[in-house]
Amino acid sequence: MTITLNGDPHDIPGPLSVSALLKELEIDARRVAVELNLAVVRKAAYDSSVINEGDEVEIVNFVGGG
Amino acid sequence: MDQPLVIAGRTFASRLIVGTGKYPSHAVMKAAHDASGTNMVTVAVRRVDITRKTESLLDYIDTSKIFLLPNTAACYTAEDAIRTARLGREAGMSNWVKLEVIGDERTLFPDNEGLLEATRVLVKDGFIVLPYTNDDPVMCRKLAEAGAAAVMPLGAPIGSGLGIQNPNNIRIIKEQATVPVIVDAGVGTASDAAVAMELGADGVLMNTAIAGADDPVAMATAMKLAVQAGRLAFLAGRIPRKSYASASSPLHGVVGSKA
Repeated sequence: MTITLNGDPHDIPGPLSVSALLKELEIDARRVAVELNLAVVRKAAYDSSVINEGDEVEIVNFVGGG
Repeated sequence: MDQPLVIAGRTFASRLIVGTGKYPSHAVMKAAHDASGTNMVTVAVRRVDITRKTESLLDYIDTSKIFLLPNTAACYTAEDAIRTARLGREAGMSNWVKLEVIGDERTLFPDNEGLLEATRVLVKDGFIVLPYTNDDPVMCRKLAEAGAAAVMPLGAPIGSGLGIQNPNNIRIIKEQATVPVIVDAGVGTASDAAVAMELGADGVLMNTAIAGADDPVAMATAMKLAVQAGRLAFLAGRIPRKSYASASSPLHGVVGSKA
């Protein structure tokens, strides 16, 4: 199934929790923030929040800025 | 004796706030932060690059000593800035935000209406809001009334290095301020930072002036000293400006003079 991840199409095997997606992408969950269909997902809800077909996911982190 | 800078109940030993962008490397950034003595740095919130592994900025910031201030840079609407602030809060686990709502690409001047609207929404949502704003005393007053924890008027356009373009406005903003005033953007060299502090600003925020210098670490040291010198000069109380000379040495007893 296909989701939109950071603006681009991305294939995942099936519905995944946010935790599972971060693990698959090898991203340290402590250092990012995740938005699922425009709503911020609290870190405590990473295991219970499920990403489904067509969902829009944004994963952000801190980069250099002024 | 000076009091430390306090914003929303949090104390900062240093009055210099520094950015994390545009350094030649993360290692140079870290060395510059150390040299600057800063206790707070700004960071931007951006999409993770999922195509390749990149070094984390956070590996180069000692967050036990340095407080992270996420910004909403490159947001052109209140809506985008609010969205970015909420993501920054989740990524950083703090409710502080340097709020930017940009109104013009070329000057990066703020959009006053969007800034005020976003400030109101985020304050209501429990954020500690530090808005980057024009050097406009009326706007600064409105932002403080909307609940901003500090106001951050620009000295000149972001990254321009032009120095404090409207010193009188900065002075007026400080005179009427009910919250700390941080001069944000426009500093080019140490004397600019000193001028901001001499005008009474509670702090100075800069990125490019340090990161873009030939030797960022040396410039960070210069900025640290300039902020301290400017603050001391402000507290010391400068002499009034006069049009004509006032001799420093006694006028009596000059050799060869008549009685």
